[in-house]
Amino acid sequence: MPRMRRNPPGVDPALLAKEAATLLPDPARRAFLRGGASIGALAFLTGCDIVDGESAERALMKISYFNDRVQAWLFRPNTLAPSYPDSAVTRPFPFNAYYPEEDAPEVDKEDYKLLVGGMVDDKKSWTLDELYALPQETQITRLVCVEGWSAIGKWSGLRFSEFLRRIGADTRAKYVWFRCAEGYSTSIDMATALHPQTQMTLRFDGEILPRRYGFPMKIRMPTKLGFKNPKHVMELAVTDKYLGGYWEDQGYNWFSGI
Amino acid sequence: MHLLYLSPMVPANIESVSIEAARGRAIMPIAPKREIIHPAWVRVTHWVNALAMLIMIGSGWEIYNASPLFAFRFPPAITLGGWLAGALLWHFAAMWLLAVNGLVYVVLGMLSGRFRRKLVPIRPGEVLADTKAALMGRLAHDDLSVYNAVQKLLYLGVIFAGAVMILSGLAIWKPVQLQELTGFFGGYDTARYVHFFAMAAIVGFLTVHVIMSVLVPKSLRAMITGR
Repeated sequence: MPRMRRNPPGVDPALLAKEAATLLPDPARRAFLRGGASIGALAFLTGCDIVDGESAERALMKISYFNDRVQAWLFRPNTLAPSYPDSAVTRPFPFNAYYPEEDAPEVDKEDYKLLVGGMVDDKKSWTLDELYALPQETQITRLVCVEGWSAIGKWSGLRFSEFLRRIGADTRAKYVWFRCAEGYSTSIDMATALHPQTQMTLRFDGEILPRRYGFPMKIRMPTKLGFKNPKHVMELAVTDKYLGGYWEDQGYNWFSGI
Repeated sequence: MHLLYLSPMVPANIESVSIEAARGRAIMPIAPKREIIHPAWVRVTHWVNALAMLIMIGSGWEIYNASPLFAFRFPPAITLGGWLAGALLWHFAAMWLLAVNGLVYVVLGMLSGRFRRKLVPIRPGEVLADTKAALMGRLAHDDLSVYNAVQKLLYLGVIFAGAVMILSGLAIWKPVQLQELTGFFGGYDTARYVHFFAMAAIVGFLTVHVIMSVLVPKSLRAMITGR
């Protein structure tokens, strides 16, 4: 699959490099099991390999991949996430990222071009005005964070399955992969990409999507945990290749459906 | 093994050893053996459950710490996983152990008649009397094969808490795919509290349970050797 590696339009390469440097996960975090099996009561296991960090990590990741398959099987493609009235929207809506709010990437709306690649018929890139011109719909749904908290937001944009249709995506492919302005990335299963509530979001709560929530475009999926909803999306690709993601590569479950 | 397994109606003493068993031993003069109190399936599922529970609780505390419901966090020294991703990996791995083992336990408990024999009936009068006796330190544990009313209540209670724990856990794991279940718990945010309080109930039970096993060591021996 051709992966575009050039700098995305609308992003200052120097800024990108600066951010990339801060992106590298804390080295301590590379071991998923920081602290390992620190619970005292588990000490009786020390005789066996399971507590040894690396083999425990391998075993746990295998189960996590198994859980990906279980969740894909549990996923009901036509079941909608509950919707809420406007009065239920959490205002102000929480900002959440692995960087502080002032470090959220600034994307220039004039230069922005959404890059499209992989198993699609039409690889032309999309300007913001072209995206704004597509039919829009609004959803008021609950965002559930992997940390446990939740908040109700109001997102508007284009149904993602409609965008996939327009670019002639091969929907038999396994994944859709996203790369974001700040260097974040994630990938999702095709079934979720085609879900009626999976949205290419351009507005939040009636306004142009603000920088803190992912300007100029994010992918909203009320059927997945918050971190699977990429903000500041600069590039997407339809692919059969598993490409993981920023948090997924550090041990978070890949499917993360809810 | 079930031949030797006596219902609680029969006092567990040496005289009540079945004829077959007695005949089998007639040749060798061996010390009389105590009756089986806990058959092997009870002991195996008990200890597998103990391990699964420790992993679920320890990792659950670490997950709780990522977004606490109350004004406290669990000390990292007693949590499992090191950080959120590690804790989630443990939690969603041990859930299989907990669920499969729990299912085996409940099915065998019902099929074998053990639940019926040992855990019911619970009479409020007996619970009151036994609670009083227990608090005054006068509740005897002479016959481990018969549960007193407080034990019955606590064992049934913890099975119930376990069921609430699993169901509320499913409700917060899959609030879209299992939205009917999440709705039953009053929505996603409420289900988190239910999950927390079910954990608290189980930890409360565990505290009493472990203290009692120390105070009545033969009960711990019975859960290991069966006798």
